[in-house]
Amino acid sequence: MTDPTIKPLTMNFGPQHPAAHGVLRLVLEMDGEVIERADPHIGLLHRGTEKLIEHKTYLQALPYFDRLDYVSPMNQEHAFALAIEKMLQIEVPRRGQYIRVLYCEIGRILNHLLNLTTFAIDVGAMTPLLWGFEEREHLMEFYERASGARLHAAYFRPGGVHQDLPDGLLEDISAWAKRFPEYIDDLEGLLTENRIFKQRTVDIGVVTLDEALDLGFSGPCIRASGLPWDLRKSQPYDVYDELDFDIPTGKTGDCYARYLVRVEEMRQSLRIIHQCIENMPSGAVLAEDHKVTPPRRDDMKTSMESLIHHFKLYTEGFHVPAGATYTAVEAPKGEFGVYLVSDGSNKPYRCKIRAPGFYFMASIDQLSRGHMLADSVAILGSLDVVFGEIDR
Amino acid sequence: MEMIVNFLTSPAVIALVWIVIKIFAVIVPLLIAVAYLTLAERRVIGLMQLRKGPNIVGPFGLFQPFADALKLLSKETILPSGASKTVFVIAPMLTFVLSLVAWAVIPFGEGMVIADVNIGILYLFAISSLGVYGVIMAGWASNSKYPFLGAMRSAAQMISYEVSLGLVIITVIMAAGSLNLTDIVMAQKGMWFCIPLFPMFVIFFISTLAETNRAPFDLPEGESELVAGYFVEYSSMSFALFFLGEYANMILMSGMTATLFLGGWLPPFDWPILYVIPGVVWFVLKITLVLFLFIWIRATTPRYRYDQLMRLGWKVFLPFTLIFVVLTGGILLGFGLLPQ
Repeated sequence: MTDPTIKPLTMNFGPQHPAAHGVLRLVLEMDGEVIERADPHIGLLHRGTEKLIEHKTYLQALPYFDRLDYVSPMNQEHAFALAIEKMLQIEVPRRGQYIRVLYCEIGRILNHLLNLTTFAIDVGAMTPLLWGFEEREHLMEFYERASGARLHAAYFRPGGVHQDLPDGLLEDISAWAKRFPEYIDDLEGLLTENRIFKQRTVDIGVVTLDEALDLGFSGPCIRASGLPWDLRKSQPYDVYDELDFDIPTGKTGDCYARYLVRVEEMRQSLRIIHQCIENMPSGAVLAEDHKVTPPRRDDMKTSMESLIHHFKLYTEGFHVPAGATYTAVEAPKGEFGVYLVSDGSNKPYRCKIRAPGFYFMASIDQLSRGHMLADSVAILGSLDVVFGEIDR
Repeated sequence: MEMIVNFLTSPAVIALVWIVIKIFAVIVPLLIAVAYLTLAERRVIGLMQLRKGPNIVGPFGLFQPFADALKLLSKETILPSGASKTVFVIAPMLTFVLSLVAWAVIPFGEGMVIADVNIGILYLFAISSLGVYGVIMAGWASNSKYPFLGAMRSAAQMISYEVSLGLVIITVIMAAGSLNLTDIVMAQKGMWFCIPLFPMFVIFFISTLAETNRAPFDLPEGESELVAGYFVEYSSMSFALFFLGEYANMILMSGMTATLFLGGWLPPFDWPILYVIPGVVWFVLKITLVLFLFIWIRATTPRYRYDQLMRLGWKVFLPFTLIFVVLTGGILLGFGLLPQ
């Protein structure tokens, strides 16, 4: 743009745009088809989650985490449950830990399925999406059978999980996990070596490792830039340190690398799922500390103490000792952290949520500058943003 | 009274009526075919995507196109206040009319053609090139950013691919020795042009995809970037006309592919028994096959980026077709195979 009298074409990309992944409003300044500046406007899905949590008991606050990144709800709950457990210093029974890890990995596949296939539809391939939703449906059924809800599960609780898995569910998950690699192969058959797909993604939206670190990237996006950094390995929580899995990394940090990393992560998640099912111990799923977890319903009929526990837990909630913790989990999109400050009462004093997508969104200008309009869509798709967690 | 009878039975009037009847005989089945192409596309893509597609309205969803048409008819036609009204209204009509007019020269069988003109292929080429005007007018008249970008893209795209399309047609003309479509079909007796001119056939097919704005070249209407491209601002029947025009164009281009490379109405082998089946049936079968390819490709491929599409058109197809024109001419001349 050399002529100062010509103004660049300003385009409103969203919020009502099929590729805006929800409610993103991207103001693009363009020279023809080339993007000169991309200005993301966020906040259209702001619900004040963090503030609302300050007025809820710890248990009431938990379902808010389902509604952050609504593509992988249980992974978010996990961060909150772990934070509370850390402050209360309670142990989760082994079976509870295994169930959590199992469902975290199901959530990871849920998330990657949605992301990879919507990414594909952003660059014009629509069939993977519909194949992927078939598989997501199976996974959501597993969610439903464990928790009663397909999406907003509220299944992970401080001290374990809400209830034990129903009979036969593990066998069904196992059967599904044996079948699922076929779908991944089909997906890869349509995309991985597809010339058009590669032309649209290779060398598009390149993030070098230094840039990725500066931008605060995490999860598959930083692994695609070459850093094998994964909280499941670097600071394992629950039983991740007992499980055998690899951290895939990319080399180039472009859209294609991010795609490949996610595909491989789905395969690694399957490995974890198989191990969880094989090693699933028996026993309790929820800690026996009835100041925090509800007593069994049978006991309430005979034991006065249990009845009191139940009543106190569901009216007042439990008190968390004063203090603060930053607890992070490797959510499918990246590092999902909860900074929880307690003043010793039954409600969090402050709950700051670190959503990985927020940092991806902040990088959109740097990544799409100089690229064409169609590339901005591919970049957006490959970053995997969900506005539930960005706007909070 | 006698004057009127005389007038009505005069040769000129009878010829005129006969032409109108012929036109209707082509247009009516064509429009029905367009309606069912939309259904076929949704059903075929649906099956490829492990879902059912429209199957509720009527048996097997067969009334779905009519339901769609009724829905569109009952919608309000919106004229954006910033639009250039006349051009805005004319654009869809132009697109639609052009997609129908071209059928005048397509031969459905021996002698089954509305206008057996001796420059049929030039006419066809000219009409299909005019199609870009509807798009540009729509994009410009909408006075809106997404349609404008879509129209710009589509103008560039259609023109780039027309160049290689033209060169492909030249090789066919050289091999057939005529510009008349009936002669071109007759020249393919024994061997369809898609066999000796196979690379040209492939390029022609890909170019028709680009020419009709179909995946993977559907950038003008690339929904993930431009929402719907040049017809963002259209609604109701004016939208339907674009839609019909696009699908009629698809059928036209398939018809052109069938005529130029797949032997038109001729059966696949030159066996007498195959001539029992009327030529129209063969022709329709071939069009269906090509249309299936169109749909199949839409279900499987991602979309090209604008500059990649230009590069493919100008840097790959153009030189290649140019070389092939010279090569074909040289071989025909050198081996004395030129059609007399």
